[in-house]
Amino acid sequence: MAVETKRLLTTSKAISEAIAQEMERDPRVFVMGEDVGVYGGIFGATEGLLAKFGPERVMDTPISETGFIGAAVGAAISGMRPIAELMFVDFFGVCMDQIYNHMAKIHYESGGNVKVPVVVTTAIGGGYSDGAQHSQTLYGMFAHLPGMKIVVPSSPYDAKGLMISAIRDDNPVLYMFHKGIMGLGWMTPNPRATAPVPEEPYTVPIGKADVKREGRDLTIVTVSLMVHRALDAADELARDGIEAEVLDLRSLVPLDREAIVESVRKTHRLLVVDEDYHSFGMSGEVITTAIEGAFDHLDAPPVRVTYPDVPIPYSRPLEQFCLPNRDKIAAAARQLMG
Amino acid sequence: MPSNETLRQMHYQMVRIRLFEETIQQAYFEGKTPAFDIAAGPVPGEMHLAAGQEPVAAGVCAHLRPTDAVTATHRPHHVALAHGMDMKKLAAEIFGKETGLCHGKGGHMHLFDPETNFGCSGIIAEGMPTAVGHALAYRKLGRDDIAVSFFGEGAANQGAFHESLNLAAIWKLGVVFVCEDNAWAISVPKEKATAVPSNADRAAAYGIPGVRVADNDPVAIYEAAGEAVERARRGGGPSLLEVRTDRLLGHFEGDPQVYRSKEELALLKERDALRAFERRLIDTGVFTSAEAEDAWKRARAEVDEAIEFARSSPYPEPASALQHVFA
Repeated sequence: MAVETKRLLTTSKAISEAIAQEMERDPRVFVMGEDVGVYGGIFGATEGLLAKFGPERVMDTPISETGFIGAAVGAAISGMRPIAELMFVDFFGVCMDQIYNHMAKIHYESGGNVKVPVVVTTAIGGGYSDGAQHSQTLYGMFAHLPGMKIVVPSSPYDAKGLMISAIRDDNPVLYMFHKGIMGLGWMTPNPRATAPVPEEPYTVPIGKADVKREGRDLTIVTVSLMVHRALDAADELARDGIEAEVLDLRSLVPLDREAIVESVRKTHRLLVVDEDYHSFGMSGEVITTAIEGAFDHLDAPPVRVTYPDVPIPYSRPLEQFCLPNRDKIAAAARQLMG
Repeated sequence: MPSNETLRQMHYQMVRIRLFEETIQQAYFEGKTPAFDIAAGPVPGEMHLAAGQEPVAAGVCAHLRPTDAVTATHRPHHVALAHGMDMKKLAAEIFGKETGLCHGKGGHMHLFDPETNFGCSGIIAEGMPTAVGHALAYRKLGRDDIAVSFFGEGAANQGAFHESLNLAAIWKLGVVFVCEDNAWAISVPKEKATAVPSNADRAAAYGIPGVRVADNDPVAIYEAAGEAVERARRGGGPSLLEVRTDRLLGHFEGDPQVYRSKEELALLKERDALRAFERRLIDTGVFTSAEAEDAWKRARAEVDEAIEFARSSPYPEPASALQHVFA
């Protein structure tokens, strides 16, 4: 349960506060990545850390993702707890071997002999015309690969608690923050990106979904910025007497399958909203989970609103055509209600 | 110059590595004849042996302690043994047994030993960044341990090689990069793949010392490595060492080696560095030929015991495949 507080923080400040508190608690925690120092992270996730902890613990790296993510893996095996920032998830191509063949596999390959407590933070998502190489979410692709926990927060409160959990976890964690939830002054204002966050450290468990809005008529399952869009759609639907439950998965690995099944058993209808590509991804996994666990409870075939299987276009009307949004979600919900 | 005691130890190290791998080679072909089936027999999968490259492992690792980290490649046995990995656990892992170093989950290319801080990677050059991270951790933890990264000359054209050298150099980390130049990246010779004759020259691009040891001689390797290890340990930063060594066997067992002539292979066998080193130690009075014989006998017994342990150990419970994805 949320600790009561009136203090408002943006998601980016909630994340940097979580990292700072863990760095104070545990001298083994350190941060490395491109522009994480004096710049404070391109999306603000490490703001203020350099001033507080100095350059030995907040290390600006060269543009050398294979090198520094691999170094994070080695440092973790040798007893440190590194946080390495991959500036945009789209850059995985230049370092995927370290992420997947090393970070995610070494614990298993070692038969449990070796632990790899690395947190890789990375920015995901589009909607601001950054084109095909700087706008993807890709959480489905990473979640497909065993050995990494995949955290995808949607709110400042969850972002702080999940970051503290990620740092304390003995496993590799890929912590994926959507640029649109960070509350950055240079992005389209998002009122849901600023919210109450307790000052004291707290954890939000990885692998536990959260009902962000209760409802009886249908379940909308989603993550990250699409939680905000789903909540907006749910407000609109409520005006027509349709009460949507919004289930925020918060992490894809482990996936809280029970929460999906439980909600669908209650509402009998499932809508999945996914900013990741349509095919072979999160939406398919969530629907399969519902069919496996709640088939007899479904009153209608599940529906999904996803990103189509195309690279992300630059031009505003093209990108906005592709992205899930409040209106598409509301329309899909009405269709699902029949 | 290493002491006579060190010379004898390096000789014994090379002998036990050679005998271990010869025995693994025999076991590997059990069940794989007359028709070669890579999945058959007590030792399935790919098998990369290091016969001829023992001097590099013995010469470098003679300077190390178990608290130093070592990363190696898809061809890791010589380095693992020289750095002190338990031979029984290594053998049992190669046989896929429950008693193996990684309980059968790693196999011969993926060995991780917390007791000797050893790790290896089957992906060319990608074990190198990990070594940088070990050294970074040691500095943060205030330890004077170092990291040594072994890799082949084929790896020196990968991005991970260059990124690792650059990172270690800008952060002045205690890393010794050891390039085992056996002249062949599977079937592609170094001169067709690498823009400079010596990878040691590439050290200049990162402002760190680079030394090439031109012959596969354990003493020359020992001396060059000694300087690099000492520099790393006293905080003087990384070094790059390239050793011209020999791969006496194929890239993997079963490699038809169409890219090398019979004459070339015969020449390699003739100049076998282990035999040459042994002759020299006898000729210079470091030990007698009887003492050399005794070293082979002791190594034989050690290897036989390890292989017997591996053969007689049980396989892991099949469903244990589902364990250890997460800690």
